[in-house]
Amino acid sequence: MAGFLVNASLIALLALIAILALRLHRLFAVVMLSGAFSLVAAAQFVVLDAVDVAFTEAAVGAGISTVLALATLSLLPAQEKPHSISLVPAFLATLTGLLLAVAVSDLPVFGDPKAPIHNHVAPEYIIGSEQAIGVPNIVTSVLASYRSFDTFGETLVVFTAVLAVLLIIGGYTRTPQKPKKAKRKTKGSQNA
Amino acid sequence: MHDDIVIRVVAKVMIPAVMLFALYVQFHGDYGPGGGFQAGVIFASAFVLNAVVFGLNKGRHVWPARYNLMGICGGVLLYGFTGVAGMVLGKNFLNFNVLSSDPVAGQHLGILLVEFGVGLTVAAVMVMLFFTFAGRTAHLRLLSKSDAHERKVSASKTAKKVKK
Repeated sequence: MAGFLVNASLIALLALIAILALRLHRLFAVVMLSGAFSLVAAAQFVVLDAVDVAFTEAAVGAGISTVLALATLSLLPAQEKPHSISLVPAFLATLTGLLLAVAVSDLPVFGDPKAPIHNHVAPEYIIGSEQAIGVPNIVTSVLASYRSFDTFGETLVVFTAVLAVLLIIGGYTRTPQKPKKAKRKTKGSQNA
Repeated sequence: MHDDIVIRVVAKVMIPAVMLFALYVQFHGDYGPGGGFQAGVIFASAFVLNAVVFGLNKGRHVWPARYNLMGICGGVLLYGFTGVAGMVLGKNFLNFNVLSSDPVAGQHLGILLVEFGVGLTVAAVMVMLFFTFAGRTAHLRLLSKSDAHERKVSASKTAKKVKK
């Protein structure tokens, strides 16, 4: 019962924050709300015993992305442009949500030991993590050893993403710029 | 913001603690929650906090741009070469069993190196993203002072004056 109450209140809080973020037009408040959303989501992950995911969500979602959004916000006007509700996206979003809600009823119960996902490779990982790898945190052993290729791919994704950002706004220009003013500007951005 | 003594003092106390915590998360990831990715983000957030509180220029002093790129590439290369080491020693790519005479010790070493590579890359990437985005503001402020059209006009005017 207590678990249900905690889950229900966290989910309700998530929904409330999401609706508030949609309704508000002050971008600063929206950014702060998105940080709060990540923090509540992290709390939800802790309740679901996914501590590593909660950790990442709190650090990345509530921490770094809020700061990055704030840095971007300093380039934007404080208010969102007023816009009317467009029907087609609203319809599509509602439809997708309903379909997902229907699909949830087909999922096995949360924590069901007979669920297929717990009977494929998971037992091997749980035993192997202790005996073959000797790492108590199974998440680490799966992430770094069993699924090392995936983690390598993720690292490369992060690497590629920052390369793309640097190429777009990093200030690395190919042609030397002629006017003195412009030259000073590119230097300034390279230091960035 | 820069003159707020409470924020400055709290940040000064917090920044070393945040960095120490990041190292704990990095190297204790085998035993508790955490790992390279989280540790990298936390380590980067210390530098971001420093830059937010004390200003971008002071923030850049403690994390110069050239080490950023070295960190980003070095982390990915460390991960890749740890995998290649498994191939060199006769097993598959990213097989850590052969890194040491004892397979379990090899796995430990491999996981440690790989996680450190991830942490290094992520930390450097996050700091670089922050400084790129935040530096963009100053860059655009400069641009807006004299936008492209005005610059063109003044350039053509000076060109005419020179001709005269």
